[in-house]
Amino acid sequence: MRYLPLSDTDRGEMLARIGVSHVDELFADVPRNLLLTEPVDLPRRKGELDVERILSRMSAKNVPASSVPFFVGAGAYKHHVPATVDHLIQRSEFLTSYTPYQPEIAQGTLQYLFEFQTQVAALTGMDVANASMYDGSTGTGEAVLMAHRVTKRRKAVLSGGLHPHYADVVKTLSDMASDETVILSPDVAGTEDILSQIDDKTSCVVVQTPDVFGNMRDLKPIADKAHQHGALLIAVFTEVVSLGLLKSPGSMGADIVVGEGQSIGNALNFGGPYVGLFATQSKYIRQMPGRLCGETVDADGNRGFVLTLSTREQHIRRDKATSNICTNSGLCSLAFTIHMTLLGEAGLTRLARINHANAVKLADLLGQVKGVEVLNRTFFNEFTVKLAKPAADVVERLADKGVLAGVPVSRLMPGAGLDNLLLVASTEVNTDDDRAAFVAALKEVL
Amino acid sequence: MLNRQGRPTAPQAHGVADPAAGMGDQAARLQGDASPVSGSAGGSHPTFTGNKALAQIEPLLFEVGRTDTTGVDLDEPEDFAPRLGGLERREPIGLPGLSEPETMRHYVRLSQQNYGIDTGLFPLGSCTMKHNARLNERMARLPGFSDVHPLQPVSTVQGALELMSELGRYLITLTNMTAVALSPKAGAHGELCGMMAIKAAIEAKGEGGTRNVVLVPDSAHGTNPATAALIGFKVKPVPAREDGWVHVEDVKERLGPDVAAIMLTNPNTCGLFEPQVVEIAKAIHDAGAYFYCDGANFNAIVGKAKPGDLGVDAMHINLHKTFSTPHGGGGPGSGPVVLSERLAPFAPVPFVRAGKGGFELVEQESDAAEKPFGRMTAFHGQMGMYVRALSYMLSHGADGMKQASEDAVLNANYIRAGLSDLLSLPFGDKPCMHEVLFDDSWLKDTGVTTLDVAKAMIDEGYHPMTMYFPLVVHGAMLIEPTESESKSSLDLFIATLRDLAMAAKNGDTERFTGAPYHAPRRRLDETRAARSPVLKWTPPVPVAEAAE
Repeated sequence: MRYLPLSDTDRGEMLARIGVSHVDELFADVPRNLLLTEPVDLPRRKGELDVERILSRMSAKNVPASSVPFFVGAGAYKHHVPATVDHLIQRSEFLTSYTPYQPEIAQGTLQYLFEFQTQVAALTGMDVANASMYDGSTGTGEAVLMAHRVTKRRKAVLSGGLHPHYADVVKTLSDMASDETVILSPDVAGTEDILSQIDDKTSCVVVQTPDVFGNMRDLKPIADKAHQHGALLIAVFTEVVSLGLLKSPGSMGADIVVGEGQSIGNALNFGGPYVGLFATQSKYIRQMPGRLCGETVDADGNRGFVLTLSTREQHIRRDKATSNICTNSGLCSLAFTIHMTLLGEAGLTRLARINHANAVKLADLLGQVKGVEVLNRTFFNEFTVKLAKPAADVVERLADKGVLAGVPVSRLMPGAGLDNLLLVASTEVNTDDDRAAFVAALKEVL
Repeated sequence: MLNRQGRPTAPQAHGVADPAAGMGDQAARLQGDASPVSGSAGGSHPTFTGNKALAQIEPLLFEVGRTDTTGVDLDEPEDFAPRLGGLERREPIGLPGLSEPETMRHYVRLSQQNYGIDTGLFPLGSCTMKHNARLNERMARLPGFSDVHPLQPVSTVQGALELMSELGRYLITLTNMTAVALSPKAGAHGELCGMMAIKAAIEAKGEGGTRNVVLVPDSAHGTNPATAALIGFKVKPVPAREDGWVHVEDVKERLGPDVAAIMLTNPNTCGLFEPQVVEIAKAIHDAGAYFYCDGANFNAIVGKAKPGDLGVDAMHINLHKTFSTPHGGGGPGSGPVVLSERLAPFAPVPFVRAGKGGFELVEQESDAAEKPFGRMTAFHGQMGMYVRALSYMLSHGADGMKQASEDAVLNANYIRAGLSDLLSLPFGDKPCMHEVLFDDSWLKDTGVTTLDVAKAMIDEGYHPMTMYFPLVVHGAMLIEPTESESKSSLDLFIATLRDLAMAAKNGDTERFTGAPYHAPRRRLDETRAARSPVLKWTPPVPVAEAAE
């Protein structure tokens, strides 16, 4: 087997040195009747070529986003990632290293995490950020638990504009921990009355902007009301590129900001791995979950970086830890920070403007199609349209015509009576030709 | 080296100083505010830059980048008429950029300060730092896997669903379990998933009010008690015995109608297979509780024993350990959970099932025939890791996976045999599984600690073993070579540790207490980092202000 360096001669010599005659003597503690003598019922080993054949065949049964006019979003977005990013994250020293437990030989990882934390704090308008979470949805679950710790209350109020998967993750966690979760009904217009839901029992309000239907939300009044009642505002985003153009959640009064960073540096990957961004105010750092990197000096007085404040974490505190989280999204956060470095503020701002401009163009074109109504007055790069027919059927028929048109709301919120609604996303990858193809196909189908 | 503001400096002077770009320390350096720097590894022949040939010190991005620099060519959109509801940002963000060549150099230099599996032996116990085959990377980047969206029409992702189904089949076959939940994003997330399934099963039996205790051995990973506590269980420890095993009578003593589950790591964190695991499982089941197995150490028994045969009800599998998806500096991981027949109905959404017209994806609880307890994450989990893991499994095959486990165990025992006369084995000189645990009693009266030994190993070109874990052993050193090491690599490693052991015993303490001498940094002050946390870069205060 090409990955195994030992030869049979080596194995024989090593067994002799250990003082046993057969490798199974080393498995002596496994009950004899349960020790397998034959390989399990799976195929035998394969060379590289055969593995490539098998997996390429599977891959070929999928339609890649780059191969068609593509408008699918709802929490994961098709963006262009510079070639430099993927090259750098595949460097041996980044790819095959581990959690930087030995900082003297992990300064590469630690310094980029420190840079990543600084970038995320700046983007979100917050004091501090952690070294990333698994993704935006699990980060949101952690943010709610953190709010419960800070406020010593157990009731979360979730906006009807929050991505339903995020709400489900929070609800699953809350139900298991016997906390209370109030989820408002789907808020297509972005006009829900969330303020009246906040009272003295509320631990936190969770609001997404741009919301799942694409609407912009002004967080300031919600933050003010939450703070009057001693509750925290958790601001969520699923499209991090929007922060290049929009007021930061921190500037609008958010106490915790959490979201998905996939759009910067990371491929779609059919949903994962992604990178959760998590930021808060300085006063809460000891309640923050996840890994943190901090600055210090070495024995010669030179600057260096280490993982820090680990007394919050499971490997020290065990059942009293802030979270059970043990890892982060290391390599995905590296991809994020490299892409963000390439963009810089000037590039990010321009990328955000292109995304918005493309979405405006698309909305105007779709709005002229008979049987299509654009519902949003405000949006960033994604909006909701109401079709004359059920969106799921329309999407299937458009897929047959080679256009991936968006996400039917019924797929995310079945039974909500929103079957004719379609979420449409547009990024810098979309061209005039893509838009024309979408409109033409839609006219045929409606 | 501290500057006038008492902040550590980044000793570096290349490029053109421009105070406006926020290059505080570097600018100061060019203005003669600092003396030549010794860098690491002793102060002989200091250099002006602090660099030592190939060992480059790299400033922070914020000290070299500028907010008006970009390494990406994008055209400004025409006729920009925003529809943002007046919520546009009006103030700068403060994100510096670099051109593409500068970006490349910045990160290449950073990478050169890192130790990885490709650099050398990485014997981090409980982490299974095995070879990461680049074939797996190539496969994960096939456009049909990397460039598909989780919410595309299911008809356009049949191959992706097939891959998930196939990976699930492999995991179920290797473990002899009934179902698999692929979506957990990491090992600890998998633990959470498994314990949620157990909680759901208990509530379905109407025992939610009474069964709220989880037994956790003292030798367990910290994630186990943290996971149990996170969803409202009370943690009751099971003490460690002097032989490193969990004894069935200790478990029985703690069993009662209030016990929901045991969380047992097998092979355990002492590097031993639990010989009474079947009896423990039976006792747990007889008491109406569930057996959660922490599968962190599955690499020792893949193809040699099936957890389902041992009585396990739920076990997470770390794809980034056992099946070689890269650790990536700490993630992303992937932690699928295999479930017994008793827990299978509670598996969370989403999951793949074969339907009439191809593969279906069950994303809503209402669409499931079973009783899913909820959802662990947005979308469908770590697809990129599924591809890499399946690529690993196809490459090894049933025969190769069995061989890999045998080699991993053989390698660990070879190290044990090579060091047992000089280092101290806490549980006697008996066979271990894929990792070997030493304690620090061999260092008694030397003035050298486990930490010092680890730092001295860095100078010798090795990544240290896991230190001070498990907690049941004093000054633990947990060594896991994995199957990826050749005999000659192990021979050198053993010889090196023997040399270090002799040096410690012969009073050469300086070799240890000052180590590392040759790493990119000398020993770092972790106390300082925790006492006054600096968690992000802030622009330096001009010297004039700092003096006030």
